Amino acid sequence: MTPVTEAAEPGAAAVPGVPAHAPAPAPRTGRAGRGGVGRAPGWTPWLYLAPALAVLGALLVYPVYQLGLISFFRYTQAQVSGGEPTVFRGFGNYADVFSDGQFWQVLLATVLFAAACVLGTLAVGCALAVLLTRVRAVPRLALMLAALGAWATPAVTGSTVWLFLFDPDFGPVNRLLGLGDHSWTYGRYSAFLLVLLEVVWSSFPFVMVTVYAGIRAVPAEVLEAAALDGASQWRTWRSVLAPMLRPILTVVTIQSVIWDFKVFTQIYVMTNGGGIAGQNMVLNVYAYQQAFASSEYGLGSAIGVIMLLLLLAVTLLYLRLLRRQGEEL
Amino acid sequence: MKPYVPLAALLTLAVATACAPQSSSNSASGKDEKSGTVRVWLFQEVGNAPKQKVVDAVVADFRKAHAGTKVSVEYIPVETRAQRVKAAFNDPASAPDIMEFGNTDTAGYVHDGGLLDITKEFAAWNEAKSTDPTARQSVTVDGKVYGAPYYVGVRALYYRTDVFKELGLKPPATLAELATTARAIHAARPGMYGLAVGGAYTYGAMPFIWANGGDLATGKDGSYASAIDSAAARKGIKEYTSLFGAANCPAAKCAGMGGNDTVTAFAGGKAGMAIGGDFSHAAVEAGSVGGKYAVVPLPGVEKGTIAPAFAGGNNIGVLKSTRHRTLAVDLMERLAGKKTQAELFDAMGFLPTFTDVRDQAATRQPFVKPFVATLAAGAKFVPASPAWSQIDSSLVLPTMFQEIVSGKKSVDAASQSAATRMNDAFGSAG
Repeated sequence: MTPVTEAAEPGAAAVPGVPAHAPAPAPRTGRAGRGGVGRAPGWTPWLYLAPALAVLGALLVYPVYQLGLISFFRYTQAQVSGGEPTVFRGFGNYADVFSDGQFWQVLLATVLFAAACVLGTLAVGCALAVLLTRVRAVPRLALMLAALGAWATPAVTGSTVWLFLFDPDFGPVNRLLGLGDHSWTYGRYSAFLLVLLEVVWSSFPFVMVTVYAGIRAVPAEVLEAAALDGASQWRTWRSVLAPMLRPILTVVTIQSVIWDFKVFTQIYVMTNGGGIAGQNMVLNVYAYQQAFASSEYGLGSAIGVIMLLLLLAVTLLYLRLLRRQGEEL
Repeated sequence: MKPYVPLAALLTLAVATACAPQSSSNSASGKDEKSGTVRVWLFQEVGNAPKQKVVDAVVADFRKAHAGTKVSVEYIPVETRAQRVKAAFNDPASAPDIMEFGNTDTAGYVHDGGLLDITKEFAAWNEAKSTDPTARQSVTVDGKVYGAPYYVGVRALYYRTDVFKELGLKPPATLAELATTARAIHAARPGMYGLAVGGAYTYGAMPFIWANGGDLATGKDGSYASAIDSAAARKGIKEYTSLFGAANCPAAKCAGMGGNDTVTAFAGGKAGMAIGGDFSHAAVEAGSVGGKYAVVPLPGVEKGTIAPAFAGGNNIGVLKSTRHRTLAVDLMERLAGKKTQAELFDAMGFLPTFTDVRDQAATRQPFVKPFVATLAAGAKFVPASPAWSQIDSSLVLPTMFQEIVSGKKSVDAASQSAATRMNDAFGSAG
């Protein structure tokens, strides 16, 4: 690095000589001459990034822009097909959402449910990942295959099978536990619990596989040292593995938060579109029923934007928290 | 932060210079070509071949009458019809000239600007004179006609003849008797629901409201107000929801059931009675109770009356964007005409919308008699408002029934909040 810094000195020194109202062009030309290796890069990196940015822009920015745009209009099927003119509503759609008492209840339920799902998924995923490193090849293979099977099962299929397992009349679970014809989907919490089990079942394999890969990458000496120091399993995880795996855990946590916050299929299938009297509604199902099923695209987009901002806020907050603990990602 | 500056500038520019989200110009084409291809979308039924045969014959006659025309008929799956129809409205170039649609969708499609006003043609159509008034109501929005009724579907009371005989019961003659009969069956056969009811079975619950003199909404032609919280409607709601519970159909199981679930329970021998449609006949016949059941009209409050049933069914309409107006209307009239409806009944069991054709059908197939009697006693229809699809998809009525059945709310409180939600929808959809 030293030669580069030294080479940069003349360029930097040249800055004071340039008239104060035009500081920018001088460093840029200066740096371009050296292939863009300076301290503050100019346009060259952006040129290299342009193809990726164009793709990202087309696939991400444009849809989000459309989502935001539509959320400010009264935009239903009648407007799409030209039956009525499109009307600008300002924040009218947002006001509708925020003034609906049910929205707040659903939001609270969604946050709590997603939090429980994330904790459950991470706990099961990490525990099984550690287990994978401790067992022999054959049981490891069996566990891997079982997990991959759960992972590969489509959400609709998984939900239907779980529902059958817990069916009051024909389900094996009730027969095994001797519960008679107890209905799991009737009570609010038991219905949420049932869906939670399914969500954890279908999403722990991702955590398990990722964390397992991370553990395999941890140098054996470190673990050996911990073992020599007489650290217990839990202590090794808490003080050695978890800190070393932090980047991986961060990624799987954020992924899980996003997935579980957006859960739709499981709730929709297992509680028949939101449960008895809508008691198991989560935000996505709410958005679907309030907006998309009746072609209220403006309202639906407003809910979409709200969800986007919420998830963004949660993710940023989480990253910020990690930064504060002095961790590089 | 640098990249965000131009991005933000771009966004501001885009919002400022543009531009509402896209709309298609789905105006009437104004053209009336006398040749070319007329495109038709009909629903793909389970076991579609007999329907196709009837339709093919109609198309052959049509082509004989109009030389130089072609007809392409496409059968679209019922599950994805909503998306197909939306796409057709958005892109007139790929839209059909004629399509079949569910009659509860009529008001919504008119609001979307998709259907052609054919009031004049319908009035001039000779056969339309014997169209059942409820069916006519299902194609009418704001006093204008937007299609021809294709067939109706209506529900009545299925009951187990063997169980009734063993227990010495008679088919109930009033709604009150229906409740006592249901309890008697469940008491004698604890493994069976007396009458299978569902908290999400809106069309099964509506007759109870109507029979008690209540209504879903009052007013007409666009300005509706909910009437679900009226005293009469509440009486009906109470009558229906009192059927849930340990004495007949335990709430823990029945609160979540929909119409299909109740019919499935009956067909599988798990219920003494159920409210099922003429269209459920084949499924019940194929179930384990085949041959051991009969059907009577659902009784009303007074002895000898019939509770008004919901008149479901499908219509056929011409799309606004058609370029063959005359041809399309003619083909529509042929597809929904008396001869075709009679043939479709024989082929598919679809109940005709013409009263005379329906009566003839009942003599050929006695099993439809209770359904025809139900229709003759006066069936009812949901409010012809575009808000109905919103009320339907946001589950306002199932939520109300389930709140009551699960003991979360009283009849008064639940019906009041349902009325508020309905009025919100009526207000916003205009």
